[in-house]
Amino acid sequence: MTAVAASGSIDALSQFELHPALGEAGATVHFAQSNLMMIAAMVLTLLLLWGGMRPRAMVPGRLQAAAEMLYEFTYNMCVETIGPEGRRFFPFIFTLFLFILLGNLIGVFPYFFTFTSHISVTLALTLVVIIMVTLVGLWIHKLHFFSYFVPQGVPKALLPLLVPIEVLSYVSRIISLSVRLFANMMAGHVMLEVFGAFVVMLGAAGLIGIVPAAFALGVNVALIGFEILVAVLQAYVFAILSCIYLHDAVHLH
Amino acid sequence: MDKDKGRQPSFEERLRVARERQGLEPRRPAPGDQSDQEPSALGIGLRVAVELVSALVVACAIGWGVDRLLGTRPIFLIVFIPLGGAAGILNVWRTFAPRPEKPGKTARNDRMPP
Repeated sequence: MTAVAASGSIDALSQFELHPALGEAGATVHFAQSNLMMIAAMVLTLLLLWGGMRPRAMVPGRLQAAAEMLYEFTYNMCVETIGPEGRRFFPFIFTLFLFILLGNLIGVFPYFFTFTSHISVTLALTLVVIIMVTLVGLWIHKLHFFSYFVPQGVPKALLPLLVPIEVLSYVSRIISLSVRLFANMMAGHVMLEVFGAFVVMLGAAGLIGIVPAAFALGVNVALIGFEILVAVLQAYVFAILSCIYLHDAVHLH
Repeated sequence: MDKDKGRQPSFEERLRVARERQGLEPRRPAPGDQSDQEPSALGIGLRVAVELVSALVVACAIGWGVDRLLGTRPIFLIVFIPLGGAAGILNVWRTFAPRPEKPGKTARNDRMPP
């Protein structure tokens, strides 16, 4: 919340700026705090799974229960959405889900950075998903995959109009999937920043400002809770949509 | 033995749940369908907006790019913008429509108790 300028204007977007991390060495290789957070998310995931599964207890402890529940939840999601073939894609979906989930959740903490609030990151993740989905479809159905773009039961005369619409609808997944995650994460953090700035500015206004400042602080507390919900929900939405796209590629119509 | 008898009625139920978990028995189409109905009006609005706009953005980009390649400045842009709008509507329909179209899925839906 240092972004509240002395001039009194709210600078809500500077929180998304990239800064070199790890000092001189990081600056020379353009290693930003975003990359650092990605590595932190990865390390936390590994710690959760490795540390959680190390006891291998029959009756799981808290950490082991968390790891097992995450595993089973994602596994069921894959199998239920994609079908029995979903087991093949489970490692990919699990990795994707945990990476985004940890990335979103890390961002809620002060002094941490949400790397999923950058569209370059979410777009890269989406491209991985969409390209893989297309390749899986081509691999399973060979050239028959392109019948996916031909809607069934329509007059032949309409096909020149409908096939481009289907193709556009398919390609627009790239934008909708990436923008959904990016916009949700960015909007939440902008809201936090704006209400945080309200607290500072109203609090500085003297006695009259105390009550509205306290109100803004209360809103911010509620927003933090809401952010945690959004962080988990958006990671889930990203994973389930990847599963649905994979289902479409595996089963075509 | 008493314990086993107490469990007996629920065995079918447990077997069904276990079979569903292993993907051996067909289930509801996707959990995504349920979550579609639950979110707030704001969530639905955001999703519709994203679906509509993303299709339009892609269509504009393709139209503009093709024009740039072929040097036919406005023609493909004009052709692709309505197509993009239609694709956006299609996306929204796909997201929120009930999914009875597929014969296999209707059977599954009928089998599942509400």
